[in-house]
Amino acid sequence: MLDLDMGKYVVYVWGSYGATALTLIALTVASVAAHRAQKRKLNALQDESRQP
Amino acid sequence: MISWLANPERFSRIFTPIRPYIGVAAALMFVWGLYLCFASPEDYQQGDTVRIMYMHVPAAWMAMAVYLIMGIASFFGLIWRHSLADVAAKAAAPIGAAFTALSLLTGSLWGRPMWGTWWEWDGRMTSVLVLFLFYIGYMALHAAIEDETRAAKSTAILAMIGLVNLPIIKFSVDWWNTLHQGASVIRADGPSIAPDMLWPLLVMALAFKLLFVWLWLVRIDTELMARRYRALRARLSFAEEGN
Repeated sequence: MLDLDMGKYVVYVWGSYGATALTLIALTVASVAAHRAQKRKLNALQDESRQP
Repeated sequence: MISWLANPERFSRIFTPIRPYIGVAAALMFVWGLYLCFASPEDYQQGDTVRIMYMHVPAAWMAMAVYLIMGIASFFGLIWRHSLADVAAKAAAPIGAAFTALSLLTGSLWGRPMWGTWWEWDGRMTSVLVLFLFYIGYMALHAAIEDETRAAKSTAILAMIGLVNLPIIKFSVDWWNTLHQGASVIRADGPSIAPDMLWPLLVMALAFKLLFVWLWLVRIDTELMARRYRALRARLSFAEEGN
């Protein structure tokens, strides 16, 4: 049985979980977005370099 | 083995195919870990605030582990000049900084209801804040120096100086009076924490570790592509000037 009622500590407990989720999701999104952008940039330049 | 893996092409060839599996494993461990976090009992003294431990402790462990990895990579980069070493250290820094910020933030949110204060300038908290400043300093220095070789050398020295702080963090609770509790998991006589609380903690710690490995591999690949891009751009510019 899950206990989701944090009683008088609701702000501290959910605040911790919220901050953790937000930070880790932001880090993941930023890392994946940077990876995709860099891949696109490199592919475009490689295509350009192959043109005679 | 390390020299063999330090070849960027070989590294990408080995780790790119297994990277998605690590990401999926991290996501599954987070789901399982979160279930255990809220299925575990509340503490008889701390009540529900004990659940903050499942975020705070893995973040704090990772803050130190990532810095140790950065320090080791910097050592290899400085001594043996492995081309991948600086890339690995640079890619780890923002992840380590995020874990350190989280350990400080969740620690503060745990400290307020338990100790009656958000912050105390004691050994443990101050040394973790110093660790965070080392991460920020490392990233700022890397960004400030344009020449890659010079940036790698300067940041490697800084990272290795920062290694001194790791034993200070670990033993600060033994060396000085502090509000922070002593070690309850990594102890010579075994964990002093109840199994009902130890399991969620270990599962969350594994989830944090897997997430780090996945993010690290993604960021290493990004940095390798950025360096390939800069090299190719320089070659093209040189060829254009020659024509």
